Amino acid sequence: MSEEILKIERVSKKYKLGMIGGTTLRDELQRKRAARKGLEDPTKQIGDKSIGRTGEEFLALEDINITVNKGERVGIIGHNGAGKSTLLKLICRITAPTEGSIEMNGRIASMLEVGTGFHPELSGRENIYMNGAILGMTKAEIDKKIEDIIDFSECRQFIDTPVKRYSSGMYVKLAFSVAAHLDSEIMIMDEVLAVGDMAFQKKCIEKMSKVSKDEGRTVLYVSHNMNTIRQLCERVIVLSHGHIIYNGDVETGINIYLGRDRDYVNKIAVTDEMRELEAGKNPTIESIDLNNEEGISPYGDKLRFSLEIKNRSAESFPFLVRIIMKTLSGTIVTMSCNEDTILMAGGEIRTFDVEMDTSNVVPGQYTFTFVLYEVGEMNADRNLEVLRDIAGITVKASPEFNHGMSWNSSWWGSFTNGALKITEV
Amino acid sequence: MEQGKFYKKISADTNNLNFNFSEIWKHRDLILLLVKREFVSKYKQTVLGPAWAIIQPLLTTVVFTFIFGNVAGLAECGAVPTFLFYMCGNIAWQFFSGCLTATSSTFIANSGIMGKVYFPRLCMPVSTTLSQLISFAIQSAMFLVFLVIYLFIPEYSIGINLCVLMAPVLILQMAMLGLGCGIIISSATTKYRDLQFLVGFGVSLWMYATPVAYSMDLFKSSAVLHIIARANPMTPIIEMMRYGFLGGQAGSLDWLSYGWSWIFTLVVLAWGISLFNKVERTFMDTV
Repeated sequence: MSEEILKIERVSKKYKLGMIGGTTLRDELQRKRAARKGLEDPTKQIGDKSIGRTGEEFLALEDINITVNKGERVGIIGHNGAGKSTLLKLICRITAPTEGSIEMNGRIASMLEVGTGFHPELSGRENIYMNGAILGMTKAEIDKKIEDIIDFSECRQFIDTPVKRYSSGMYVKLAFSVAAHLDSEIMIMDEVLAVGDMAFQKKCIEKMSKVSKDEGRTVLYVSHNMNTIRQLCERVIVLSHGHIIYNGDVETGINIYLGRDRDYVNKIAVTDEMRELEAGKNPTIESIDLNNEEGISPYGDKLRFSLEIKNRSAESFPFLVRIIMKTLSGTIVTMSCNEDTILMAGGEIRTFDVEMDTSNVVPGQYTFTFVLYEVGEMNADRNLEVLRDIAGITVKASPEFNHGMSWNSSWWGSFTNGALKITEV
Repeated sequence: MEQGKFYKKISADTNNLNFNFSEIWKHRDLILLLVKREFVSKYKQTVLGPAWAIIQPLLTTVVFTFIFGNVAGLAECGAVPTFLFYMCGNIAWQFFSGCLTATSSTFIANSGIMGKVYFPRLCMPVSTTLSQLISFAIQSAMFLVFLVIYLFIPEYSIGINLCVLMAPVLILQMAMLGLGCGIIISSATTKYRDLQFLVGFGVSLWMYATPVAYSMDLFKSSAVLHIIARANPMTPIIEMMRYGFLGGQAGSLDWLSYGWSWIFTLVVLAWGISLFNKVERTFMDTV
């Protein structure tokens, strides 16, 4: 089991911003001439400040090292633009890395985006042969598998129709079926199951687990759907801005990904980057103290924050405080705000103690969003300061809580009103 | 598969000449499927289908015979029928220009499939060339039919000779030259789309620099023109084709310029393959 099948060493991929595609020879010559004379790029769009004269570079991936063993099922997660698809493209040899090397010990069946290399004019059957041939299989080898492929795809009725007439669901079903059945040692799936219906998604996940366990095939799977990642993968790699930030256990990886790649700290000094709104002539939060070194709050406790607030206006300013509590996956748990308007004199800095009753919140990880707002005429509120998901805390209970079972929020919610009182009549 | 040893390696360093021909051979089934695909999709939704492969050169030949042969009088081919003279040159030229034009759009036309799966990219232009060969075979059959018909007409004399045996070599050479030029252009078009426009225009210019629409005699008058004509690698190929099938009145043999033609072909093909190799690695980023 410990045989290495894929080894990625010090891989980087660099793209040139603003120079990608669509250039004509004339543009290029003009650009070079302008660069020599130190003039502004004449082919650049007016007002486009992001692209430098000589073309800035963008590292989609930087110094990536991954080793995958035979038969492993690895999930790759990360936000849009983290470099997941670029990584898969490099492994599939669609494009070459700028630095480093990728070594592999087998053939790759891939599904990048929707549909592998299907030709729209050809029928489903012809496309199956074509994809097999792309993997280097002979006609006889494909003949042996074709019935399984057609059965799995649920497209038998349309198998001799050109694929350009297929619905997107059928397209995905056939493409997945081809990738799963053809001989390959490594299977690469990029966010493809999102198109299929739930029943087919389930079937695909089961199929991928099966080929991995029975045939020892390696699966690399990219998805934003954490449930499918949990069901399929044994290991996850979390990418962020072209770097690997985590490589290991699935649950920890998912939490890191959902925690928006941030370590929550006890004392937060607010900087302008954290602010969702520009700091204007109004009250702003300057620092937050969770009064909790561990970041852990026992179940049933109330939370006590200290907020340092500064009135940036020269005049006195009335405002209210609101705290929104969310789970790590982004589901809103609750909101609390204060009753009486706070009035601060111009330029004043004061520190407030804030108590939030979280005693009914079940064990789990939560984030907090802090808002300062004012209520104007017609009871319309206006936000003055928004610090989104800036702080986090873990609520923990004693092992006896819920009879020792872990609390599943998607079934039972994030609040509990305590134990049921049951007495015999 | 060997244990513990990686047999496939993708790395950043580019060695363009280190080319894996065995990988292409392994994908021969794919090449055949691609040829079939290309041929099928070419004549899909046409009424006449593959008949177009015959109609096109036939009409061109008729037009050439009339305009360049009868009106302008550019075909100095003695007792050889002008029609056959033009048909021979035309079919050979169409094969070459077809290979060149079709392979010159390899990357752009196939970026859809190439952006999703890997296979040796050279399979694409190779299969394009092979599918051109199918059209060429149909046209050659037509030519041979006309040749036989004219052989029985006593007022014409056709000096068919042993040089005919060179035909397969000439066809191979045209395919290699067309492929070489085509992949150079397709590699360059991934960055500079300008070349797309140049291809159609450039190929027809090249045709007029080659004795397709006229005979070599036209060049004999001027030494400069003669050198230009001989420097053109397509000239000896067309001339030898005509010499073999139609005899000394229609074509000529010039081994010196034929040798040059081979050197040119091999250099272009080698350069093309090395350029293609370099571009195929990252063309998806720029196409």
